[in-house]
Amino acid sequence: MNSSNHPTLPLTSFWNDTGKCGVSAWVFSTDHKRIGLLYLYSVLISFLVAVLIGLLLKIELMAPGRTIMGPVTYNALFTVHGVLMIFLFIIPGFPGVFGNLVMPIQIGASDVAFPRLNLLSWWLYITGALTIVLSLFTGGGPPDTGWTFYVPFSVRTGTNVSLAVIGVFIVGFSSILTGINFVTTIHRLRADGMAWGRLPLFVWSIYATAWIQILATPVLGITLLLVVAERLLGTGLFDPSRGGDPIMFQHLFWIYSHPAVYIMILPGMGIVSEIFPVFARKPIFGYKMIAFSSLAIAGAGSLVWAHHMFTSGISDMAVLVFSFLTFVVAIPSAIKVFNWVSTLYKGSISLEAPMLFALSFIMLFSIGGLTGLVQGAAATNIHIHDTQFVVGHFHYVIFGGAGFAFFSAMHYWLPKFFGRTYSEKPAMISWGLMFAGFNLTYFPMIILGMKGMPRRYYDYLPEFAPLNLISTIGSWILAAGLAIMMINLFMGLLKGRPFGSNPWGGATLEWTTPSPPPTENFDEEPVVTHGPYDFNRAGVP
Amino acid sequence: MIRKMEKEYAGAKLGIWLFLFTEILLFGGLFLLYATYLSSYPREFAIAGREMHLGFGTANTILLITSSLFAAMSVTAVQQGEIRKVLNLLGATIICAMIFLVNKYFEWSSEIGHGFYPDSPRFSAGPIGEALFFSLYYLTTGLHGFHVLAGVGLLTVVALKVRRGAIHAGDYVLLENSALYWHLVDLIWIFIFPLYYLVL
Repeated sequence: MNSSNHPTLPLTSFWNDTGKCGVSAWVFSTDHKRIGLLYLYSVLISFLVAVLIGLLLKIELMAPGRTIMGPVTYNALFTVHGVLMIFLFIIPGFPGVFGNLVMPIQIGASDVAFPRLNLLSWWLYITGALTIVLSLFTGGGPPDTGWTFYVPFSVRTGTNVSLAVIGVFIVGFSSILTGINFVTTIHRLRADGMAWGRLPLFVWSIYATAWIQILATPVLGITLLLVVAERLLGTGLFDPSRGGDPIMFQHLFWIYSHPAVYIMILPGMGIVSEIFPVFARKPIFGYKMIAFSSLAIAGAGSLVWAHHMFTSGISDMAVLVFSFLTFVVAIPSAIKVFNWVSTLYKGSISLEAPMLFALSFIMLFSIGGLTGLVQGAAATNIHIHDTQFVVGHFHYVIFGGAGFAFFSAMHYWLPKFFGRTYSEKPAMISWGLMFAGFNLTYFPMIILGMKGMPRRYYDYLPEFAPLNLISTIGSWILAAGLAIMMINLFMGLLKGRPFGSNPWGGATLEWTTPSPPPTENFDEEPVVTHGPYDFNRAGVP
Repeated sequence: MIRKMEKEYAGAKLGIWLFLFTEILLFGGLFLLYATYLSSYPREFAIAGREMHLGFGTANTILLITSSLFAAMSVTAVQQGEIRKVLNLLGATIICAMIFLVNKYFEWSSEIGHGFYPDSPRFSAGPIGEALFFSLYYLTTGLHGFHVLAGVGLLTVVALKVRRGAIHAGDYVLLENSALYWHLVDLIWIFIFPLYYLVL
């Protein structure tokens, strides 16, 4: 993280133009690009740890019976896998990394609205993350409740749930502050000429995401505090033997946690909306509808939470209403997919690494989205509830969707900030391995679920063995691809060939500034004269 | 340059309003539970509600509303550049907040002394709804009390900044935002007071 990594970089980039490159100049920096890179390193560490845990889980499921761990360890590991992936990787990942790195430049600002608050967000994230890590090794050991912390088990288990949920609470606070920061930034700091109709679609998606962060996260906060109160004070609010209602926990939890899946996926949709027009050399099709559908997903997605609770004992009327609303969310999602495909139609498509990841996003997200409807339908939900089907669906949306979009963005935008780029061929090979491995890992889960294999068990009936074996082998291919991708990417970013200011011919503002950009982002305040996908004018604001 | 200052002022105001929304949602979870459990246990809630000390509640309501007035006046005073007055008004706000907390201490002590607390012997015998009422009461007023305490800290920092001259008639957005936060603390109490002390 010092200038020696970049011996030939111009002395005008944010890596060195302030003359401060030590550790404290990074961890106390208020520059959105430095904070974005801090987030990048932090979330990638969480991600890689969670990947390793995921691989262990798949090895355990390779064959029936005990393979490498017993049920107690298995429960702890799938909980930690979920908590790390959800709360420490994918929720803070998009706003923290690419929201910070790219969004201010795309609107022509020199930083976010509250730079010091931005730094505080990262510190809160780190504090929360360390609290979660601490919870694994203290008290009763790692929590074994699943990432959802459902009562009554989360109140009764002897594991260290209290500390873990306090960690999640702190990370949630960080998420709220980021959301407030970004909404204010997008409202107040757009450059001259950057009208709402000229906002890049990634900014629209970050805007919708920030609203969800603001409006949903506090409800998770109070819910987690109540779990701690249940455990420490015995308040009995969710304990049926004392009049409380565990269903209320589920309502409060999902009021946040369903909208939270849109925190995970919306920025991914924004990223591919940036990448398709650039790599198809064609303006985006249906700009207004894609922008609007981000807000529609954020809005409608906040009203569907009880579809997680169809078997929990809510009224039939509630089931029908929430099932209907769930189908409503599919409309704006489908609007996006059709617009992306229309953008590609008759485009001059170049299949480079960001584009490959973005294209696979459409396919994997569509499978994830359609299997979501199977669960959203009241009748089929009963059949596949709490089975591997849910696990398969969720990974198709969040890994195949959000995760692949994240990798796409890493290939698309990180060279901009490092001034160097990766080799294309290993990137394409890694994509191929990941795409194949991904489908081998998760598609069997969808079938297994329909056949009735429940989730969250370390053991299963012998008839599920072949598909589980395929899934485990797939996870190794996936991991191999991931390893090649990470190594190729970071070797390239640190030592690769130089990356010009606009090699792909993008028309958004980040491509008008040098790679890497200076601390102030632009040499002079840009005055925007065209839309984000007006490629005739690419390279000028 | 002037335009940039305007942006910062408007941005700071936008930011604090968004933050206040998140606070309302945080308490919203507790009010939601209150509504649900009131409809499940109306009789038990009514019995438990009669144990509340209306005197403490009323006194604290008056204290908080008065302190909110002082906070609002301090914003007007800083706009007019009357620094002495700002400091006095902020001091009065902080004193009201501290008396509020002292009241709360005596009120809770008295209730706990009578055996009204989660898991108490009195509740493990009695009907289940009453214990829920008291659990919610302690959690809601406890979280609110924590916000009062945070407000005391915030207003103290603001007062020190006013004295150092960092907040003045030309740049008072921190004072204004802190006053807005203080009004929110007041506003939430305006909902807590009738729900726990009056309607049952």
